[in-house]
Amino acid sequence: MTHVASTVLIGGQAGDGAKEAGINLGKLLATAGQEVFVSVDYPSVIKGGHIFSRISFSKEKIFSDYKKIDLLIAFNNESISFHQKELKKDGVIFDESCLPMTQITKEINAPAITRTSVALGATCYYFNLEIENLEKIFKEAFGEKAEINIKLAKKGYQYLKTKNFKQKPRRLKGSGLRPKASEKKKILIDGNQALALGLIKAGLNVYFAYPMTPATSILHFLAKKEKELGLKVVQPENEIAVINMAIGAAYTGQKVAVGTSGGGFDLMQEAMSLAGMAEIPLVIAVSQRPGPSTGVPTYTSQSDLRSTRFSGHGEFPRILLAPGDPEEAYLLGAQALNLAWEYQAPVIVLLDKHLSESLMTSFFDSSKIKIENGKIAHNPKDYKRFETTSDGISPMAFPGMKNVVVKATSYEHDEQGITTEDSQIIKEMQEKRFKKLQLLLKEQKSKETVKVYGDKKSKNIIVSWGSTKGAVLEAMKYLKKSVKFIQPLYLEPLDAEKIKNHFKGAKKIIDIEGNLTGQLASLIREKTGIEIENKILKYDSRPFEPIELAKKINELLS
Amino acid sequence: MNLLTQTKNTWCPGCTNFGILAAFKGAIEDLVKNNEIKTEEVVVGSGIGCHGKISDYLNLNSFCGLHGRIVPVLSGAKIANPNLKVIAFEGDGDAYAEGIEHLVHAAKRNIDLTLIVHDNQTFALTTGQFTPTSPKGFKGKSTPEGSPEEPFNPLFLMLSAGATFIARSYALEVKKTQEIIKEAIRHKGFSFIEIIQPCLSLNDTRDHYQKRIYWLNESRQKDNIDFAFEKIREWNDKVPLGIFYQINKKTYGDFN
Ligand SMILES: Cc1ncc(C[n+]2csc(CCOP(=O)(O)OP(=O)(O)O)c2C)c(N)n1
Ligand code: SF4
Repeated sequence: MTHVASTVLIGGQAGDGAKEAGINLGKLLATAGQEVFVSVDYPSVIKGGHIFSRISFSKEKIFSDYKKIDLLIAFNNESISFHQKELKKDGVIFDESCLPMTQITKEINAPAITRTSVALGATCYYFNLEIENLEKIFKEAFGEKAEINIKLAKKGYQYLKTKNFKQKPRRLKGSGLRPKASEKKKILIDGNQALALGLIKAGLNVYFAYPMTPATSILHFLAKKEKELGLKVVQPENEIAVINMAIGAAYTGQKVAVGTSGGGFDLMQEAMSLAGMAEIPLVIAVSQRPGPSTGVPTYTSQSDLRSTRFSGHGEFPRILLAPGDPEEAYLLGAQALNLAWEYQAPVIVLLDKHLSESLMTSFFDSSKIKIENGKIAHNPKDYKRFETTSDGISPMAFPGMKNVVVKATSYEHDEQGITTEDSQIIKEMQEKRFKKLQLLLKEQKSKETVKVYGDKKSKNIIVSWGSTKGAVLEAMKYLKKSVKFIQPLYLEPLDAEKIKNHFKGAKKIIDIEGNLTGQLASLIREKTGIEIENKILKYDSRPFEPIELAKKINELLS
Repeated sequence: MNLLTQTKNTWCPGCTNFGILAAFKGAIEDLVKNNEIKTEEVVVGSGIGCHGKISDYLNLNSFCGLHGRIVPVLSGAKIANPNLKVIAFEGDGDAYAEGIEHLVHAAKRNIDLTLIVHDNQTFALTTGQFTPTSPKGFKGKSTPEGSPEEPFNPLFLMLSAGATFIARSYALEVKKTQEIIKEAIRHKGFSFIEIIQPCLSLNDTRDHYQKRIYWLNESRQKDNIDFAFEKIREWNDKVPLGIFYQINKKTYGDFN
């Protein structure tokens, strides 16, 4: 199979800077007009261990990185022993023996970690990239220390040039290397930052989180933006405090989100149910990693669809959104906050390590985001927080408003928010809350709740969700038969009608997801009655690889 | 201004929680009359237990949260809107068993929040099991042979955790309790009031305490931590009441 993309793998120990070098190379390629995908594979250690970043790029939009590599940059021996077998036929290795990075660094008394810049300079030479672009990127990344890195990059470039090292034959050369002025401004960004930017765009005021990989970088990113944006970013004592604080903050009228991974979300269950009962607008970002329990903290998984769908005791409406790339994380992040306020309900955005921490060239269309505040009570008389209305949505008022008493409670309650045990009121309140879901299902008709790709007429159908969408879209570039690919963005409530329509007349349906039990397939069966028999499931904590996936799909379709 | 709702009160007749309700209502009335606070800016919160029903009885903004979790809810409210006056009511089960971590951290943060604990030394609403403050040997339904655990001293814990206002009162001393609640609400920072609240139905300790309680001298300086430690540890033969400790310290979110 001819790869549509080129791939560089940069490997080293924790502390060698393999991740940062990968991101900087990704930015450089993006500056040169390439579509880029950068994944980072690292163990749960602070020093030592083996880390690598993998950068795949192409002139066409690219949704995943690839295993087969054109250039292997090795800062340690493991990088070679682990990844040599992944080299393409004409693949090359930059290690200390062919490019004396450490020696060049020592010659100018630079710190050991800056040898990554020698490697990036050499990479510019190898792929014929303009080294000047690196300067800007280094200035952003290293500030004052940029000078020395620029110097080293130039030395790396020069070293290979002097040796007349064979450059990559030019698929990359020429016009492809310069973005056309007319092209949209793209940035290289990961899913977590994209989600955070979406939340900010939709008016986020306060963010609460307790650190947990792979959601932690949302906390870090927002904490850095706290002053600039007038946000409040708080790290409470545990996830139980996180969600209870968030509920208290939302009760006062502020737009609030929290972020965690499976284990932390488990701790939030009781309060998730409270948010349902007290009709609190709240966004919960859950970035999945392999479980059960502590599992594999720094790797990826799609195994919490079921636990988030059914989270919290009792019956109450919740919304569950699953973006598959940073652009979707941005838009669905904003939508999540809007939906929380329009429907006064908890909204979960389900991410995973591969989406949260991989970077992709993306364009954020902020014109698609409008801030929604929902139904607000203005100067109400005899205010009732849970007033019965035709659509189930009661106007919100907040503490501090004059002549208004706002009562919220975890108990079943009457319109005013006073505890009740009256069977009639209990029934009405339960129905009131579920009316909101009916409204949402109606309004979903005009929303993009399900995405469709590929040959819309094909009778071969693939369904997948979340970050696996990326590998599926790449794999589709290598399929022998045409397929229609369906990606639901709204998993709760699932737009069952749309899915059923897409499945009509299907010859073969293939479910592809990153778990062992086929959680999307069982959701689809529950909501449509359709049993999907062909499944490609992966639960080894690593994301799908496009070529390997294409092979499996081709087998199923043959 | 009527601070009580029309809701039917379901506490047992004579329940000492009525004393706390009266004291709190009086405190708010005084502070509002004095222009120290505005009713619309008051948010009360409560946990789950007999005490928790107080949210329903007060005609004020209120949040009746989960068992043990009202301190973080009101902390979040305060962080989101610093103009609010937030006051939490918890039972000893709520505060010291289910949600004790939140107390320690609220005190450590010195968030501007008042916590009033109705300490009846039992889980009342679940019909009388031992709590962290029940005496060793407490015969409840889950410990028919007597609780095997020593109780702990919550004021001692709060002092170590960094609370900047620590007081104890007695639910049947309504006037004094009212004054302490006022001081606690005026205090900028985390204020903690433990109220001994005999449960007439399940753990009637009135005789025990009425013989032992006495009031600390109110006019003394309250920032003496050694004195506070000494008095807080006095418990068996004599039970001191009043404000043990109060200092000024920057509150959470107030870094100017
Ligand atoms: C998570 C959780 N566990 C248990 C309960 C059951 N429960 C209700 S009230 C209560 C104890 C109440 O004791 P306390 O906090 O001392 O309040 P009191 O009734 O004495 O005022 C318990 C255990 C609950 N509501 N939630
Ligand atoms: S059980 Fe005790 S605390 Fe509860 S209402 Fe009755 S007397 Fe009051």
